[in-house]
Amino acid sequence: MAPLLAVDDRIVDYLPVLILFLFAIGFAGLNLVVSWLAGSKGKHNPVKDAAYECGLPPITDAHQRFSVKFYLVALLFVLFDIEVVFLYPWAAYFQEPGRQVFLFAEMCVFAGILFFGWWYVVRKGAVDWAKE
Amino acid sequence: MNPLLASLPSSPGFLDVLKSLGLVLLVAHVMLGLGAILVWAERRVSALIQDRLGPNRCGPAGLLQSIADLGKFIFKEDVVPHHVLKWMYILAPTISLVPAMVTIAVIPFAPGVQIADLNVGILYVLSISSLGVYGITLGSWASNSKYALLGGVRSSAQMISYEVVMGISAVGVLLTTGSLHLGDVVAEQASSGWFLWRQPLAFFLFLTASYAETNRLPFDLPEAESELVAGYHTEYSSMKFALFFLAEYLAMIVASSLVTTLFLGGWSLFGLERLGWLAGVAIFMAKTLFLLFVFIWIRWTLPRFRYDQLMSICWKWFFPLALANVLVTAGAEASGVPALTWVLPVALLGMGVGAAVLAQRRDPGPPPELAPLPAPSSSR
Repeated sequence: MAPLLAVDDRIVDYLPVLILFLFAIGFAGLNLVVSWLAGSKGKHNPVKDAAYECGLPPITDAHQRFSVKFYLVALLFVLFDIEVVFLYPWAAYFQEPGRQVFLFAEMCVFAGILFFGWWYVVRKGAVDWAKE
Repeated sequence: MNPLLASLPSSPGFLDVLKSLGLVLLVAHVMLGLGAILVWAERRVSALIQDRLGPNRCGPAGLLQSIADLGKFIFKEDVVPHHVLKWMYILAPTISLVPAMVTIAVIPFAPGVQIADLNVGILYVLSISSLGVYGITLGSWASNSKYALLGGVRSSAQMISYEVVMGISAVGVLLTTGSLHLGDVVAEQASSGWFLWRQPLAFFLFLTASYAETNRLPFDLPEAESELVAGYHTEYSSMKFALFFLAEYLAMIVASSLVTTLFLGGWSLFGLERLGWLAGVAIFMAKTLFLLFVFIWIRWTLPRFRYDQLMSICWKWFFPLALANVLVTAGAEASGVPALTWVLPVALLGMGVGAAVLAQRRDPGPPPELAPLPAPSSSR
C-alpha cells in the first residue's frame, strides 16, 4: 500500500495523538455551539452582570494584588521540576548492565545537592503559609 | 522529497490511519460515557455513604440522570457577565477539557491496544496532564471575580506543587523497568510482580498526588464550597460549567488508569490476560473502576485539609520522601536486594505508630483554665 505520509517515524507515532486532540477540541466546540444555539437567551441587567459575592455588591475589580507566596511556590516549582526532568534520562538508563553502582553513586551526589537546596528553602520558611 | 525519509518502512498506510481513527473514536466515547456514569456514581455512592437514596428517578436506578443533566445544560441560559475578559472566559473550559482527554493516548489497555505507543511514555502523560492547570487559571482570571481568582491561584499553586511529587515518585518505577514506555512498565509487572508491592511508598505518594492534581477531596481547596462558593468556576454557567465539570471527571479517569498502569499491573492479573486482548481490557477496566470508586469513597469520607497543611505536607514531607524513595530504590537495584524498598515505608509506619503510642501515654495535664466570662452589663 502506498504510504500517505513519508516522514520520520517518531513524528508518525504522534498522528493518533493529533486525531484525539482534534476530537477533543471538536467535542468541546460542538457542545459550546449547540448550547449557544439552543440555550435560552435572557436580558442583561446590572445585578446579573455583577461578580458573585454572596449578595454584597463588589467593591473593586478582582484583579488586585494577591499573596506573594503563590509566586514563591511557582518559583520553587520551576526549580524542582527541572531537577525531576533530569532524573528521567538517568532512570531510563539505570538498567544498563554493569553501571548501576556508578549511577547510584552519581545520584547520591545529585540528590545530596538537591536535598541541601530543599533544606535551605524549608529553613527560610518559603513554604510556611501560616507564619507571617 | 528526501529519498531517505520516503524509504522509511514505518510510514503509515491508509489502513493504519483508519485503525487509529477507530481506536481514538472508541476510546474517546468510552471515556465520555464513563465520565457521565461517574457523575451519577458520585451522587449514588455519596447517598449510600450518607444513608440517603440519591438520584433514582431517571431510568433504572437513576442511570439516565446524566443525560437529563446534559439536556438541562444545553438549554440553560449561557450567561456571560459584562465584567469578564470575554475570549479567555469562553476558551478556558475547552483548555481545561482537552488535556484531560488527550492524556489517555499513551495508556496501554491491553497488549498492543494503545492509541499511540510513544517512546517518551510517562513523560508525555505528566507534561500534557499538567497543561490542565492553564484552563483553571485562565478561567479564574478571566472571571474577574474574587472567589474565582482565589480558587484559581490556590489551584495552580497546589497542582504545580504536587506535580513535582508525582514526577519524582514515578521515577522509582521507571528506574526498575529501565524504560519510559508504559507498555514496558506493564510487561515488567506481568512478569515479576506489581509495583504496588515493589514500590509501596511511591504508590502512596503518587496516589495522593493524583488526588491533589485532580482537585479532589481531601485536597479540593480550589473549589472549597464552604469558603469560595464554587472556586474557579463561580462565574460559569450552562455548558461552559459542564465542560469544567466533565474535565474534572475525565482527569479522574486518566489518573486512575495511570495508577493502574504504573502500580496495579495494568492489564495483567495472574496470567488471565493470555486469554486475549479483550480479557486484558476487561482486567484494566475493572482495576480502573475500582480506583475510581476509591476516589469517590475518599471524597465522602475524609474532611478537607487546610491550605497551609496542604502545602507543608507536599513540600516538607512528600518531596523529601519521594526523593529518598528514588535513592533507596536505586540502592536496592544496585545491591541486588529489591526488598530494600520496604525499608522506608516500614520505618515511617513504625514512627507513626510510635508517635501515636507516645501521644496516648503522655499525661495530658490539668484541663486548661477557661477565661471567666465578662459580667453582663446592666446598662443599655
